[in-house]
Amino acid sequence: MGVIEDYGTTLLILAVLFGFFMAWGVGANDVANAMGTSVGAKAITIKQAIIIAMIFEFAGAYLAGGEVTSTIRKGIIEPSALDGDPELVVYGMMASLLAAGLWLLIASAFGWPVSTTHSIIGAIVGFAAVGISVDAVQWGKVIEIVASWVVSPVMAGTLSFLLYMSVRRFIFGASDPYIAARRFVPVYIFMVGYIVSMVTLVKGLKHVGLEITFQQALVYSVGIGGLTALIGIFGLSRIKRVTRSEQLDLVNVERVFGVLMIFTACSMAFAHGSNDVANAIGPLAAVNGIIESGGVIGTQTRIPAWILLLGGAGIVAGLALYGYRVIRTIGTHITELTPSSGFAAELAAASTVVLASGASLPVSTTHTLVGGVLGVGLARGISAINLRVVGTIFVSWMVTLPAGAFLAIIFFYLFKAIFGTG
Amino acid sequence: MPNRPIFQKLFGRSPIAPIQAHMKIASKSASELGLYMEGLLAADWEKADPHGDAVVELEEEADRIKRQIRQSLPRSLFLSFSRSDLLELLNTQDKIPNLAKDIVGLTRGRRMKVPAALVPLFRDYIEYSIGATNLAQQALNELDELVESGFSGREADVIGNMIKRLDEAEHDTDVKQVDVRNALFNIEKELNPVDVMFLYRIIDWIGDIADSAQTVGNRLLYLIAK
Repeated sequence: MGVIEDYGTTLLILAVLFGFFMAWGVGANDVANAMGTSVGAKAITIKQAIIIAMIFEFAGAYLAGGEVTSTIRKGIIEPSALDGDPELVVYGMMASLLAAGLWLLIASAFGWPVSTTHSIIGAIVGFAAVGISVDAVQWGKVIEIVASWVVSPVMAGTLSFLLYMSVRRFIFGASDPYIAARRFVPVYIFMVGYIVSMVTLVKGLKHVGLEITFQQALVYSVGIGGLTALIGIFGLSRIKRVTRSEQLDLVNVERVFGVLMIFTACSMAFAHGSNDVANAIGPLAAVNGIIESGGVIGTQTRIPAWILLLGGAGIVAGLALYGYRVIRTIGTHITELTPSSGFAAELAAASTVVLASGASLPVSTTHTLVGGVLGVGLARGISAINLRVVGTIFVSWMVTLPAGAFLAIIFFYLFKAIFGTG
Repeated sequence: MPNRPIFQKLFGRSPIAPIQAHMKIASKSASELGLYMEGLLAADWEKADPHGDAVVELEEEADRIKRQIRQSLPRSLFLSFSRSDLLELLNTQDKIPNLAKDIVGLTRGRRMKVPAALVPLFRDYIEYSIGATNLAQQALNELDELVESGFSGREADVIGNMIKRLDEAEHDTDVKQVDVRNALFNIEKELNPVDVMFLYRIIDWIGDIADSAQTVGNRLLYLIAK
């Protein structure tokens, strides 16, 4: 047990640094993918995207980030396999943070679409299976997580397909699409508010110390959804029909959808914060838990608020210092996306990711959003989609898991050599 | 950490705008042909020649766009409409500048003269044929809106109505063609037989322009069919 007592503070400081670095990376890279579609569809400006992302990434991380953090903290490694060697978990989690962060750097340099989620899971599974023992990994949970990586894009695709079909049927198919848009867009805005608040109230808030029953959550979320819709209606009232051609005034309709897209952008940032903050602070929470309890693994039930805050702050820092550039790049490159199709992809992806957060499954926000975009494409909502990207995603999967694992194993043995075993 | 983001690659360039640009060139070449023919009918080559040159240039421009579209449509691109329908539409559109160029080439090479008795009928006939190409271009102009509204029924109706008008225009052109042919038939014995032969050919080609415009409309219907 000596290591924890001797080096506890040093290890914790290191873990905080690595965790912050990782959160910074999430903010610098991933957020751009979550926000880029809104900017690309010209629904919001880059500046607005940054402000939305800062507020809602932080809110998502703090309010709903606890479940996934728990999974990464203690869901992948079997605590009973480690009795007597708590420092191994500390080394491993720190190694995982470093490995995932480094892998992201390498992948970014080569322009590979790598998911932070996949990197960190690969790293944790890697160090646990090789550095400790194959039995130290909760394979059932790992399989569940990997399955969710397939399910989440498919689910987002199905949802976005249905959403876009409903837009076609009820809005573009109506005799006056502009009036129809003004009537139905508040319904979509209600859905945004309802889904996000429902998952947060049912699953997220207990980490902040609030216990809410399912029935209460149901009532509150309907209320929050309604409130969101009211804000949306207020926003819509400022949209006036400008050009009035004799045929369809699609420009006006898209401006109505532009209002909707502000809301879906918020939900996207919230969803991303709730799921991806865990990649950075899950390992940190594990390290903190062990050191605080003096070497006992996985006893804490709650994640300390300061860790969630640190993760949120790291994401915002990465976004502010670097992410805006990536958002600008994506935003200016997506020219073929309209608010009416972009919102469907975003709402579907955000709902899926928030649900995954509630189910404590770490998924890739980026891949889920790609699934959402493909769903809209299948509904003939986007004129051209490059299917090669789907292939690229599969390749990045195949490479990221072993690469994250390999790097984590190296760092694990390195820390073991530096600090020694108790 | 600059990640060349995946969404940058995910969205392909839509071929809609280029194909609209191609049709615009095609329609413009028909209009230039009209101006060229005006000079020719007045036997004023100084007036005709610059427009003839313009037709040749537009044909080259159309070819360039056509090649570009073909090259930028890899099979890995998932489109919201059939790829082969789009390429068929492009091929049909491309016939219009080709015909215009052929007409200019043949008439200019032979310094062709149109008998005075035919001039008013000829002028009318050409105007109708050009009118058909303009209608085809207008219908194509709606294509981006149709794609943006997810191929909704209403916008498809708008295009459908335009194509109905296009069909009528082609039919009217056919009627005019019969008039010109009849007039030429009545005086053909007095003319040089070789000249007459080529006059018939030019009449056919002008009709082919309207035919192609109509086919553009039909291809467009295939493209937007659900």
